[in-house]
Amino acid sequence: MDSLDPVLLARIQFAANITFHILFPTISIALGWFLLFFKTRFVATGQAHWMDAYQFWIKIFALTFALGVVSGITMSFQFGTNWPGFMNTVGNIAGPLLAYEVLTAFFLEATMLGIMLFGRARVGEAMHTAATFLVAAGTTLSAFWILALNSWMHTPAGYEMINGQAHVTSWMAVIFNPSFPYRMTHMLLASGLTGAFLLAGVSAFRYLRQPIPIPSSKKDIMATLRTGVFVAAALIPAQILVGDLHGLNTLAHQPAKLAAMEGIWETTQGADAVLFALPNKTTQSNDYAITIPKLASFYLTHDWNGTVQGIKSFGDKHPPVAPVFWSFRIMVGVGLLMLAVSWSVAWQLRRKNAWLKPWAAKILVAMTFSGWIALVAGWYTTEIGRQPWLVQGLLTTAQAASKVPAKHIALSLGMYLTLYITLLSAYLSVIFHLARKADETETTTTQPAAEASLLSPLAKAH
Amino acid sequence: MTTYYGIDLTTPAGWLPLLFGLVLCISMLTYVILDGYDLGVGILLGKTKDLSQKDMMIASIGPFWDANETWLVLGVGILLVAFPSAHGVILGALYLPVALMLMGLTLRGVAFEFRVKAKAHHRPLWDHTFNIGSLISAWSQGFMLGQLITGFQESSASYLFSSLIGFCLIGAYRLLGASWLLMKTEGALQEKTIGWAKGSLLFTAIGVLAVSIATPWVSPRIFEKWFSFPNLLLLLPIPLMTLALFGITARSLNRLPLRLRQGNQYGSAIPFACTVGIFLLSFYGLAYSLFPWLVIDRITLWQAASATESLLVISYGVAIVLPVIIGYTLFSYRVFWGKSTALKY
Repeated sequence: MDSLDPVLLARIQFAANITFHILFPTISIALGWFLLFFKTRFVATGQAHWMDAYQFWIKIFALTFALGVVSGITMSFQFGTNWPGFMNTVGNIAGPLLAYEVLTAFFLEATMLGIMLFGRARVGEAMHTAATFLVAAGTTLSAFWILALNSWMHTPAGYEMINGQAHVTSWMAVIFNPSFPYRMTHMLLASGLTGAFLLAGVSAFRYLRQPIPIPSSKKDIMATLRTGVFVAAALIPAQILVGDLHGLNTLAHQPAKLAAMEGIWETTQGADAVLFALPNKTTQSNDYAITIPKLASFYLTHDWNGTVQGIKSFGDKHPPVAPVFWSFRIMVGVGLLMLAVSWSVAWQLRRKNAWLKPWAAKILVAMTFSGWIALVAGWYTTEIGRQPWLVQGLLTTAQAASKVPAKHIALSLGMYLTLYITLLSAYLSVIFHLARKADETETTTTQPAAEASLLSPLAKAH
Repeated sequence: MTTYYGIDLTTPAGWLPLLFGLVLCISMLTYVILDGYDLGVGILLGKTKDLSQKDMMIASIGPFWDANETWLVLGVGILLVAFPSAHGVILGALYLPVALMLMGLTLRGVAFEFRVKAKAHHRPLWDHTFNIGSLISAWSQGFMLGQLITGFQESSASYLFSSLIGFCLIGAYRLLGASWLLMKTEGALQEKTIGWAKGSLLFTAIGVLAVSIATPWVSPRIFEKWFSFPNLLLLLPIPLMTLALFGITARSLNRLPLRLRQGNQYGSAIPFACTVGIFLLSFYGLAYSLFPWLVIDRITLWQAASATESLLVISYGVAIVLPVIIGYTLFSYRVFWGKSTALKY
């Protein structure tokens, strides 16, 4: 057991937990707004299928939310237990940001969720819609605070160091630090895309199990499928643009990360764009590289002969190249796939009563969780890309690690990993189980729900 | 009068840590009572074989459990951001029991959702998970309390004591859970809960007694605080009131079966109210013993506090947002007031 490196174990444990955690808020942020959309469509049009859509997706929302909550509780403990040096050095910045997340977002979403899920018959339609809105707003607000902190770790600003501790000089500069606007937009779009492909994928799964034309009691399937596809088609070009701007922001503030993403070892004028390569850390060069001459310089500096700083110029203060290089390519690859799929399906669905070709539906099913892959790959790019720093230029990961014995970390890591793998497979299978179950039972149209809402003042009086 | 432990309480550096100590106490106490009853319901879930009764039990906590657990996040969050060095010592010493508790909380949180959403034949498995997860969480929280009281000594006596407190906290949460169900349900299930509550009273009492004896035992300073004159007389109402609340609970539990059979719900909330009272008094006694130490006789509130300007920034948030949180929490309890109904989206 002595040979185990506690820093590495602590990193794996934290990475495992945060990776597991981020899957669920990413879905619930977007799904919260989709649910609000379904709910307001129902209120505005009175069409039953919007309520059917709401009632089906709220189940997935509740499940997703619960997984996000429990893995989030674990994280709130691990901040302190795994990285005590983090709080000791930058606690004056991280502390208030985390505190504001709990105070303004966590309680709001958790309390309103109870009303949103189970209170419709007790509070009446308007209050229920308000609760749905507050849940969605709460999840988004929570993303705002945590991304402010995360961005600050990449591009720290608005502070001064006194006796080895960061002290705030301007909260505005801390929160709206240089990478925050890009990261926040990039993340919210990623959430929207993840939610949209989930919506489209599960709806396509249900669609394939229906006769064509789909019976009128299942009108919600086409409604949610179209919502997912059109939202995805609208968001993906925006995401590609924002991602590119985010990359330029990284070039300005974290050039070592960018060099690793691009796989550029030597500082060069007119740097080539590397499409494929196996970065080799012993020779400090790329094996089997396929490149396009001068392109990297062009899109990074907007000059074919612009200078791009290479990895070697950062000494030992650069991230491991291969994981950053590859996770970046996975993210971009999935993004391009999303563009192709969402646009071609949107084209098929351009007319109001169009049906989808089965092969297209199957591709959508296969893409159900594509958002997760791009998301995790993107996070690995940015987080591994920040190494060896925990806070860029200020605190290294090793300096922040805890003194907890390696075997304690190893033991708890084993427990967490087993748990996460089990829960993730249960989550995936239950989502498709819910989809199958929704098609087997006759959908309850709005009749009882509408009645309940009319009766709600009476129900409350009892 | 303004200096205490050599600290000038009129300066922000003096009173801000006190304020955050208070916020920490409020969130931990709220957590223990609120999540206590829903953990208790989880612990009791294995006591009935009847599926509809299980559903009813779960329905009584459905709208609340998420928000209840958020108080734990707030408590740990306040410890982390306001008292970082104490957070490091406490959670470092409790690393494994914390991991165990998190496992327990995770299992029960997800089981709550999976039991009604997964395939029907998996349901007993998830019910079981919910039950086990609740037990693990309750036990490890009690174990941590035991460790905190004994000042994190690494001795078998301290581990033994902490394990005992773990089992007692299971009993205490069970009492909270049973009396919550007594208040929120009707019919055959409600009658059962009386027996469950009775069965939990003894363990709760043992737990309260064990903590009361151990704290002065471990620290002569705490002994002095309780047993010197006139403190002894002034503090006497705390144990006496606790004793009285145990008495009222027992009496009420003995009388309720007959009354409920006559269709009279009057007094079905008394055991819950009294149990909450017992928790409040015990917590108050414990806080009095520990104050102003976060780690017994090692770290005080002021020694552990983070920079005054950070505390000031968070205190604005707390002052504005905490009342709002309490407001909409009360609203949520009002919405779901009275006997629970089946959970339907």
